[in-house]
Amino acid sequence: MSQLIVSPSPHIHSKDSTRSLMLDVVIALVPAVLCSFVFYGWREMLVMAVSIASCVLLEWAITKYLLKKPSTIGDLSAVITGILLALNVPYTTPWWVIVIGAVVAIGVAKMTFGGLGQNIWNPALVGRVFLLVSFPTYMTTWSQPQGLFGADAVTGATPLGAIQEGLMQGATVQDIMAEHGYSYSQMLFANLGGSAGEVCALALLAGFVYLCIRKVIKPWITLSILCTVALTSLIFWGINPARFTDPLFNLLTGGLILGACFMATDYVTSPMSTWGGVVFGVGIGLLTVFIRYFGSYPEGVSFAILIMNSLVPLINMGFKQKKFGRK
Amino acid sequence: MVNIIIWTIAVVTVLGLLLALILYLVAKKFKVEEDPRIDEVEKVMPGANCGGCGFAGCRAFAEAAVKAPNLDNNYCPVGGNDTMTQVAAILGYEVKAKAPQVAVVRCNGTCQARPVVNRYDGFSSCAVKATLYAGDTGCSYGCLGCGDCVAACQFGALSMDPETGLPVVDEQKCTACGACAKACPKHIIEIRPKGPRGMREFVSCVNKDKGPVAKKACANACIGCGICAKTCTHGAITVEANVAYIDPAKCKLCRECEAMCPTGAIHGVNFPKPLDKDAVKERIKLRQQKAKEAAAAAAAAGAPAVAIKKADAPAEAPATAKKADAPAVTKPMEEK
Amino acid sequence: MGKRTFSIGGVHPHDNKISRECRIEPLPLASTVYISVAQHIGAPAVPVVAVGDKVKVGQVIAEPGGFVSAFIHSSVSGTVKSVGPRADLAGRPSVHIEIAVEGDEWLEGIDTSDTLVTEIPSDNKAILDKIRLGGVVGLGGATFPTHVKLSPPPGSKCERVIINGCECEPYLTSDFRTLLEKGEQVVVGAAILKQVMGGVPCTIAIEENKPEAIAHIREVIGKLGYSGIEVMEMKMMYPQGGEKQLIDAVMGRQVGSGALPISVGAVVQNVATALAVYDAVQKNKPIVDNSVTVTGECFPHQANLLVRVGTPLRYILDYLGGIPEEAAKVISGGPMMGRAVANLDAATVKGTGALLLLTEKQTRRAPESNCIRCGKCADACPMGLEPFLLNKLARAKDWDAMEQQAVQDCIECGCCLYSCPAQIPLLDNIRIGKGIVLGNIRARAAAAKAAAEAAKASADAKK
Repeated sequence: MSQLIVSPSPHIHSKDSTRSLMLDVVIALVPAVLCSFVFYGWREMLVMAVSIASCVLLEWAITKYLLKKPSTIGDLSAVITGILLALNVPYTTPWWVIVIGAVVAIGVAKMTFGGLGQNIWNPALVGRVFLLVSFPTYMTTWSQPQGLFGADAVTGATPLGAIQEGLMQGATVQDIMAEHGYSYSQMLFANLGGSAGEVCALALLAGFVYLCIRKVIKPWITLSILCTVALTSLIFWGINPARFTDPLFNLLTGGLILGACFMATDYVTSPMSTWGGVVFGVGIGLLTVFIRYFGSYPEGVSFAILIMNSLVPLINMGFKQKKFGRK
Repeated sequence: MVNIIIWTIAVVTVLGLLLALILYLVAKKFKVEEDPRIDEVEKVMPGANCGGCGFAGCRAFAEAAVKAPNLDNNYCPVGGNDTMTQVAAILGYEVKAKAPQVAVVRCNGTCQARPVVNRYDGFSSCAVKATLYAGDTGCSYGCLGCGDCVAACQFGALSMDPETGLPVVDEQKCTACGACAKACPKHIIEIRPKGPRGMREFVSCVNKDKGPVAKKACANACIGCGICAKTCTHGAITVEANVAYIDPAKCKLCRECEAMCPTGAIHGVNFPKPLDKDAVKERIKLRQQKAKEAAAAAAAAGAPAVAIKKADAPAEAPATAKKADAPAVTKPMEEK
Repeated sequence: MGKRTFSIGGVHPHDNKISRECRIEPLPLASTVYISVAQHIGAPAVPVVAVGDKVKVGQVIAEPGGFVSAFIHSSVSGTVKSVGPRADLAGRPSVHIEIAVEGDEWLEGIDTSDTLVTEIPSDNKAILDKIRLGGVVGLGGATFPTHVKLSPPPGSKCERVIINGCECEPYLTSDFRTLLEKGEQVVVGAAILKQVMGGVPCTIAIEENKPEAIAHIREVIGKLGYSGIEVMEMKMMYPQGGEKQLIDAVMGRQVGSGALPISVGAVVQNVATALAVYDAVQKNKPIVDNSVTVTGECFPHQANLLVRVGTPLRYILDYLGGIPEEAAKVISGGPMMGRAVANLDAATVKGTGALLLLTEKQTRRAPESNCIRCGKCADACPMGLEPFLLNKLARAKDWDAMEQQAVQDCIECGCCLYSCPAQIPLLDNIRIGKGIVLGNIRARAAAAKAAAEAAKASADAKK
């Protein structure tokens, strides 16, 4: 026995560490990533590699040369940002656009605020929205998935984009759906155009279930988003099915499931309490549906999450755990 | 074309005037009547807002100084006498000059002198560590080394010496605001007069343990042996609860205590010459011998009972010693 | 009905009760014991023996130094060697009475036999007096003098006595073994407490990970034929043994901030305290020993020992084969709330329930990283506080804001720091803030009291 260690209690610690939690998120994303590789082939792998590498390298460089602090890449949060960013852009995106996205995500949205835990907005989403606004051509030229060894891509629109366009031309939802031949099983098993992470709902949900079982996240935020989207669109669809898309379509298309499972549930940018999380989720759900139905962008999940991210401090103030023995 | 320029100018001018009017009215409406001298006093304050004076900040000090009937209880340690003279001039008060002060670390338990006996593994804060236990060395009174004082100093005057593990005060930067002394849970930092040309003598230890215990914990500890107090011819040193204290008001900087201290717990700083311990010890020995002889002579002369009492009493020694040592004491100071 | 637990927060550390099969064995006497006079919350006791005095086991060696204080008895027979400051387990000096052990002679009148005395004296006042004279303090950790707790202030009414047998801290097994081996005595002790509090119902709360104890105590109650004493099986959850948490779990009532359990009609006593009450009342035996779990994965000789108060920690560990090489920390108490030992020469006190040895790997803290706002600390806090916020406020030294955020309610259970993935030293900082805020509250109360008295005095003067 050498010298005794003396420290304040408690003397033991749970097995959770920032790194282990982040590793769980990475594991949860693996099915979705594999799916995207299968459906989009080697170009998606390239996008993923560039995205992860640039996020991690940037964080390393910023901590080393600008902040002159010990590197924080070991906590794996940059890896998650990289994966999410890659899942949020079409696989046809040129590599330099992705690097710009990473600079915005890590450099602006994360490290400027002081690194992990200090950022207000989800870094990957900020990167995505920046790219969407700055490079709309690359970001909206969606391609039909061609499979790992498929032929050249056939460009087209995402289901949401097609409906938005069709509605503007005066067609009804049913007409457009029939014209493009969309089916729900396709959506569930990933076969429609869109960015990589929007294509396979089942793989994403599997990851979400894993996170809940591992108690990394609580399911309330995700469930409240999905329920709100379903209920709100049910009401609108019930009023006018020709003008508004149906609830199932809304749930399965776009980045809703990716956003609800992995981006809205980000610890840093979501409320801490359960009820705060529910309010947060309802807000995201409502905003998503309204942007989809009435906004000029076909897809609203990213904007909805970012807007609700900004409100998190307020929500945290409003929803606090009741203190023991106090009224 | 010209019309557009004229209109632009006109619109901007009118807007400017309107806003100016609003600002004026608001300023007038919400004006707070204040003694204008508060502003004047605040202007001459150092503006550090350190709280060293006992008020929340420089503005609070200024308000208190203006209201106070005199400046006896209001002294800005940061600005010192210069600032206080200015404040006094503004307020028309008298101000007594105070000797400039400085923070003094009363612990010299360096890593070598005070071996670590256990490993601390909590939040690196002296406050947390002190709440938990006695400390990671054998000494339960000494510096904990987590640097709460460094964090408390807003003038950057304190730093931790990695070699000794103790805080070091930069005298140039220290304003004697006392924030470090307040932050130290072990109360080892004392605000003391700087001394003439920065020369000062102090006991760099606060260990209240009995001699052997203190010595075991730290080689440099004050063991409360009292040799310094016996040596001091100015009555400046008291030993209380096993630890010596040098009263800066009475200390004449003769450095005899420093030479005699068996553990080196007494420190003298900013003296122009290094202390020649042997010479000083020799000098003290000689003086004590003389005193003894004088006492013996007095005893031989008669009144034995009184003489014995006198020989034991230390009062006799200083009287003789003062004369003998006067040149030696003043010498180093004159040289500079 | 499902198993009960408290309503807010809590964590699930692995219970690691590796010494659960070890019977309680008496530890051979040490050659010298050092009995502290500050073994309880409240004023230290005042020594009443002098150097050279001969003392017997159970003899009073220090008397209460105030209302909230306790008698201290010699745990051995022998000669008083010294009375003076000695370093406690934190290395801080406090007054100890050093006694050199000579034989094992007990004071007359103490019943040292094993016979169970079930007949309870009918005079409650006499019982309380015996508890006070027996130096009984809460042995669950807080060491609050028991007779004070059993004398509720006028106007408050006790509705239920709860015997705390949760032992929710990992590793500890001394209460569990006591329930198994001295179940009868504990139940009689509970019956005494029940009678003192006016015959109110009594609940013995035991966590579900001790099924043997639950079955045994149920059997004992049936055998002794007591009515109104029941065993409640609790869900496993830390810190269920916390007084406020246990009352919440058993009675569904929450004790308010700064209030005493009696305000909701509860009196909670630990299993070991119930045994001490039995000993004091039925056997005239004051607290001179207590059972101590000595455990840890790295420690080869698990044990539950009956240790005389004042036995040096090093003696106990040496008896069991010494401290193994890989042990890096010795903890007095459990891993969540116990105190790390800085000085192995320190002696046990009445409240010492365990000695736990942990390896460097088990206990070393990982470096702190950024808060990721996961909210795990707030989820874990059994008092419904927000540790991440309190930590920030403590670092900013904003004590007033901390008071608003109820830092004074913190029970220092360690759930926040235990669950923080970023390893932020939440509790270290919160504890500092709590200390200062409690100081502020006391200062305010004292100032208010002084002001009220001054006002009253001036009013009286006017009359």
